[in-house]
This record gives sequence, structure tokens and C-alpha cells, in this order.
Amino acid sequence: MSVRHALLALLEQGPMYGYQLRTEFEGRTGSTWPLNIGQVYTTLARLERDGMIEAASDEAVAADESNGSNGDGGKRRYAITTDGRVEVATWFDEPVGRGEPPRDELAIKLAIAVTIPGVDVGSLVQRQRTATMNALHEYTRLKRSGSTDEPADLAWSLVLDSLIFNAEAEIRWLDHCEARLARRATPSRSTVAEEATR
Amino acid sequence: MTAPILTLAEVTRVHGAGAAEVRALRGVTVTAAPGELVAVMGPSGSGKSTLLNLAGGLDTPTSGDVVIDGTSLVRLSQSRRAALRRTSVGYVFQSFNLIPALTAAENVSLPLELDGVRRGEARDAALLALEEVGLSAAADRYPDDMSGGQQQRVAIARAIVGQRRLILADEPTGALDTATGEEVLKLLRSRVDAGAAGLLVTHDPRHAAWADRVVFLRDGLVVDESGRTRGPEDLLDVEGAR
Repeated sequence: MSVRHALLALLEQGPMYGYQLRTEFEGRTGSTWPLNIGQVYTTLARLERDGMIEAASDEAVAADESNGSNGDGGKRRYAITTDGRVEVATWFDEPVGRGEPPRDELAIKLAIAVTIPGVDVGSLVQRQRTATMNALHEYTRLKRSGSTDEPADLAWSLVLDSLIFNAEAEIRWLDHCEARLARRATPSRSTVAEEATR
Repeated sequence: MTAPILTLAEVTRVHGAGAAEVRALRGVTVTAAPGELVAVMGPSGSGKSTLLNLAGGLDTPTSGDVVIDGTSLVRLSQSRRAALRRTSVGYVFQSFNLIPALTAAENVSLPLELDGVRRGEARDAALLALEEVGLSAAADRYPDDMSGGQQQRVAIARAIVGQRRLILADEPTGALDTATGEEVLKLLRSRVDAGAAGLLVTHDPRHAAWADRVVFLRDGLVVDESGRTRGPEDLLDVEGAR
């Protein structure tokens, strides 16, 4: 997840402190991906090292004095540089790469399960579907209770939609796996139909 | 807990006999209480439609009982069953099923008129129902002049007119785009939140998630259930058991 670019894009709106950036990030994403403050400062340090941000000119000196020289960004306000603006523009311009498929524990689990005799794949699929459906209930409940009046509310609602569509895709994939398994089922193997008669 | 509006108790439905026998449902129990929307999911042939037909009294179980608002449908005569269906049960279908020659208001008031309610009274009730689905202004328009989403809202108004307490919906969002489908679910949900019970058959997990519970059917049996009966504590249990 590109926290780096997200923070940079937020700084394009104006100079901010580290804790402000965290608040803004979490506000727009509904705390779906909580950031610890250490992660924020590490990211800011790297962005500064790479010339994407700098200490906000008006406060840099004062903050350094009051803070000693420990380099802690707690009292520092950061501003985006020209290079940083270019980086943000490029981030928004380019699609997120699909590249290597991310590791998907469920896909791996199922791939292994269907190749190992004695694993009850039908039950595995059903248990997973129920668990994912429960998550989908929860996301939907959150979405129903939320408003979309403010831009930040809309942003959070769209993040929720992303979680909802992903959970839906997983359930549809499980349905598909189940149908495929049922079609090629042999008497020696547990199928969902047999599972259902228990 | 309040008594359920709908109870399907150990229902079995067998079609045909001998070698051609098909056991569509094999001892299924499902309830829906006031304020509860229950979704039914399952692959084709799992028994979803049979379940919905039994719940609405369109079909009778081979064994088991169907109870709506305390009245067992199994023991009713066909005509009494039809009367109960008209007054207590509202249906929403995938294909809207509106009558093209009737206006929105006439479509909505039709079930009441069939039940002997006077025309003026039926129209008043229809206008109320149309208001609930946000279509007051379209009361005198014909289905053909409406978008799919509007037609489905008329169908929902028809399903809830006259205080029907049980709403049965069969893929009500099927032909609609995502956003319009969601509007339809919102309407169903708000009616259920106001005290009706709902049974929603869908193949769409995203729509099923609007229900309080999801019942998974396979080969005529309930194989699992998800929903609010499992609170955060249970989720923690699952984590702990890993």
C-alpha cells in the first residue's frame, strides 16, 4: 500500500505535522488501514531524504531549537517540494500495476487442499463463504449507517465499497470453486452434495 | 424475542414420484421475525424458489408446516390461503410484473381492490405506498414511461401496500444496475426495519449482505447461516481457534 504517495498527496494541500497527516489519512480511509505514528515519521524521513518534502520554511528553525537535535518530527511541519509535486502527479496519472499477483492465503490454501487426499474441500469452501459473508454483512452495515455528505465521508464510503466488492468477488469465486469441484467429484471424494446430507 | 411473522418448520417438498422423484427441500426450517430480513442463497436447483413459493402459500409442502402470523397455511383451504396471501404477503419479482395498461397507482392498489377494498380507499393506500418509495409524482404514469428502477419501486409499493407484514422478494435487483439495485434494497430494508419481515432470494452476495441473516441452501438443505447472530465475540472466538 502506498502510504508514501498518499502522505505526499496530502501534503500537496499544504504543510502539515506528522500527526495531522495520520489523522487526514485515516479520516479519508475510515481507519481501514491504521497507521502508527512511527510509520508516518519513518515515511516522512524517507520522503525528506529523497527530496520530496522539506521542513516548512517558516517553522523549521524554531522547531529545531525547541526540539533539541533529536530529529524527531513531532514538532515539525512538512511541506512538499517541486519534485514531490511531480511524484504526486505521476502517481495519479499512472494506473496501479497488477504486476505479480499478491499472495492470497485463501487461493493458496484451496490450491493445496484440492491436491491433498482426505481434505474436505467442500466444508472448507462453505466455512470460508460463511466467514466472508459475515465480513460482508459488517461492511454493508457500516455503509448503511454512514453518510456521504462530506468529501471525507464519500472517500470512506468508497473504501468500504472496495472492501464490499472484494468480499463479493471472493464469495463468487468460492461458488465457482464449489461448482467446479462438484462437477468433477468422484465417489471417493467428499463433495458438497454429500456434505449437505450429513 | 417476538414471535416470527414467517415460520417454515421442517418443510419437505417432493416433486414427482418413483424414479422421477425430485426432493426440492428436505426438512428446512427458516423463520423471519418482525424487523428481520433473511436472505436465501444457493446455486440453481438448491431449493430457493421452492422455499419462496412455500413461504408465500403458492405451493404446499409435502411435509412440515408453514405459518404466517400464527396461521398455519397447511391446514387452510385453498381459498382461505389465497385470502391470507392477498392481505399479508407482498411479492417483489425480478421482472417487476406490472400491468402495462394500468398506471402506477392502479398497479399498486390492485391487490387491495382484489381483496374487496373500495376503490377510493385502495387509491389512498396506494398513494401512501408510492410516497414511501419516493414516487408520489409518478402515481398516474404508466410503467412504459418509467425507468427499470422506477418500475421496481412501483412493484415494491405494490408489495407493501395495505400494511403487508411479510415481503417475499425473488432476485428483486436482477435487471437493475448496481446503484439502482441498492436503492431497491434500501426500500426493502426500511420497510423491514419498520416492522415487517422479509425473505429475499438472491444470488448476489452484496445484496444478501443487506439482510440480517443469510441462509445457505444446498440440494434442499440448509448447510450454513451467516449474519448478526454472530457478534464480535464470535469473530474473536474464530480468531482464537485458529
